[in-house]
Amino acid sequence: MPSQTQSGNTIDAGNLSFVEGGYLLVKSALAKVGLRERLNVHFSAQYFAEHLESYCRAHHIAFTRIDAETCQVSKEIPLPEEIVAGTDAADPAQEANPAWGIAARGAAVERGVSGYFFPLNRKDIVWTDKAARYYRLAAARQWNPGDLDWQTPVKNPDAVEDAVVQVMTYLIENETAALIIPSRFIGQIHPHYREVTQFLAIQAADEARHIEVFSRRAALKRSHLGSSALSGQSSLKTLIQETDFSLSALLLSVLGEGTFLTLLIYLSRYAPDGLTRKICRYAARDESRHVAFALAHLIQHKGDPDTQAKYRNAIRQRYESLAGFSELNEDVYAALHLVLSGSLETEALRVGYARMSRMVAEMHRSRTARLVQLGFSAAEAADLSALHTKNFM
Amino acid sequence: MYNPESAFILGAVAYDPKVVTIWDGFREFFLKNGLDFDYVLYHNYERQVCAHFKGEIHAAWNSPLAWLMSERIAEKLGKKAHAVAMRDSDQNLHSIFVVKAKSGIKSVADLKGKRIAFGAKDSPQATIIPQGFLNEQGLASTDYNPHYYDVLVGKHGDHIGGERDAARALRQGEVDATAMISGNHLLFTQEGILHDTEILVNTPDYDHCNFTVLDHWLHPETDRFVSLLLAMRYDDAAVKHLLDLEGLRKWLPGRTSHYKPLADALRGHAVTDGFIDAVTNAVR
Repeated sequence: MPSQTQSGNTIDAGNLSFVEGGYLLVKSALAKVGLRERLNVHFSAQYFAEHLESYCRAHHIAFTRIDAETCQVSKEIPLPEEIVAGTDAADPAQEANPAWGIAARGAAVERGVSGYFFPLNRKDIVWTDKAARYYRLAAARQWNPGDLDWQTPVKNPDAVEDAVVQVMTYLIENETAALIIPSRFIGQIHPHYREVTQFLAIQAADEARHIEVFSRRAALKRSHLGSSALSGQSSLKTLIQETDFSLSALLLSVLGEGTFLTLLIYLSRYAPDGLTRKICRYAARDESRHVAFALAHLIQHKGDPDTQAKYRNAIRQRYESLAGFSELNEDVYAALHLVLSGSLETEALRVGYARMSRMVAEMHRSRTARLVQLGFSAAEAADLSALHTKNFM
Repeated sequence: MYNPESAFILGAVAYDPKVVTIWDGFREFFLKNGLDFDYVLYHNYERQVCAHFKGEIHAAWNSPLAWLMSERIAEKLGKKAHAVAMRDSDQNLHSIFVVKAKSGIKSVADLKGKRIAFGAKDSPQATIIPQGFLNEQGLASTDYNPHYYDVLVGKHGDHIGGERDAARALRQGEVDATAMISGNHLLFTQEGILHDTEILVNTPDYDHCNFTVLDHWLHPETDRFVSLLLAMRYDDAAVKHLLDLEGLRKWLPGRTSHYKPLADALRGHAVTDGFIDAVTNAVR
């Protein structure tokens, strides 16, 4: 049996050959002895000494043959000092050092790593202490689209089914933007802040799943999708073009997905068929996490006047750039109205209209409340909320 | 024509794509330390030796065979070649003969009439030195049947492929013994090629590569080149990975005391003699 004697610097590999594991015994024993400290290696396997000598030559370790079954080895040349990627695996550094590359937080990194570039490399830009918790929550609450009941026949009136397909078309387009945006940031955030990238990865996976279920729902009874409006795409383009991580969190997740959350909640309550209601309920649950994560990130800078000004300007700038599109696209508006009504009956339409009005008011109220959470006064929050895109996202 | 104002130019043989990475990296190190350094890559050592004697380079990163060729050409010209530096890993190497276990081959004499695998014909470690050793032990080249595993002839055995092919030939029963540098015994054992084999015998120790300079083409910065080489430290992150690629931890001052096994083996080696005469006549 290999052993370490009391002298500390002796190992006995017994009859284990060098390639079968002798090299591991030597490597691990050498790791414990200091520079130029001698390690005696006893062995009885054939060619152990020859192989140890070759190993030592390749690893630049001094080697001396003592007798037929003993060699002495020692490290003669110091290795470059390693760089530790952050002092504590649990506590990210204020700034990620490019020389860490993509090493695990807390790992000892060999010097010379270069060529990695992550523009979002500062804790104050990307981090939230809740990232790990939200990531674990998100990972635990994934759901399988295959588990939904796609078999039970959906029996909506034709006009209502057409409206559902139009709403699904609109949702798919919006979720596509919501998939692209976090995905792009994943590649820009230094992996030292891994919980943030992990959360964004699940966020992107959530959106991928939403795109799947909305597409399947749209295709359930129709071979064609609805329309995609210039106003909607123009609105989403402003989100995709936003390169600032915090502003993206504000515009996409807090305001856009926050508004969408209300839309999905209303659809989960009033959509005409159980399947549509269920997929919207599941999607709303995911979206609520995205909103909560973005809020947690942004709340860290609450009360900072420069940050407030930055948010204010971003909301106004987006409003200005979308000034040419003052309302939600008519096809989408009409489809939503009909979906919330359930039929073209007069009374149903009146009820649907009331739901639609309540929903829009609720969207405004929620946006305002979230802006207040970010430190805006109630009055300014309401003003800023009113500037939000009529496309909802 | 040689211009004393020009850069210090080193010649090296491109036996592997990594050679470019290595010398680009070292070039940066020399430039950073104030030595105007450049390098030229040659396809084979013969071309490099020739270029060296034509004054195209100021130093050559030579195989042991290229070193001995240079030393002898210089001697014929009444000049002198110097080995100014080498790797720590170039010193005290030896080659071995490996045979099948229970083959009945117990000594060099038992190799008489047998099929023996060697590496590339110009490989000091896998062919020339082992054959010289057999000769010294009383086994002339006509006493056995040599099988050559020529990979990249002109690279003087720098490429490991020939030795690996030779070892595989032993496993497949195509030969009765195979020669290799001892360090490859560990590698080929790990690769499973040497299962059920035994080491028959070791050759004497020898040295491998060196940086060769010629006193009649000496660049004024030669000493500086050598001192910068010797100053490279393995714990300097800027050169560590280059030293790893080149297979050393420390450059050592060159020595010529351990080229005897190769020099002895080359006695009467017609191809080498012919090359030495050709270069000597071309530059005389």
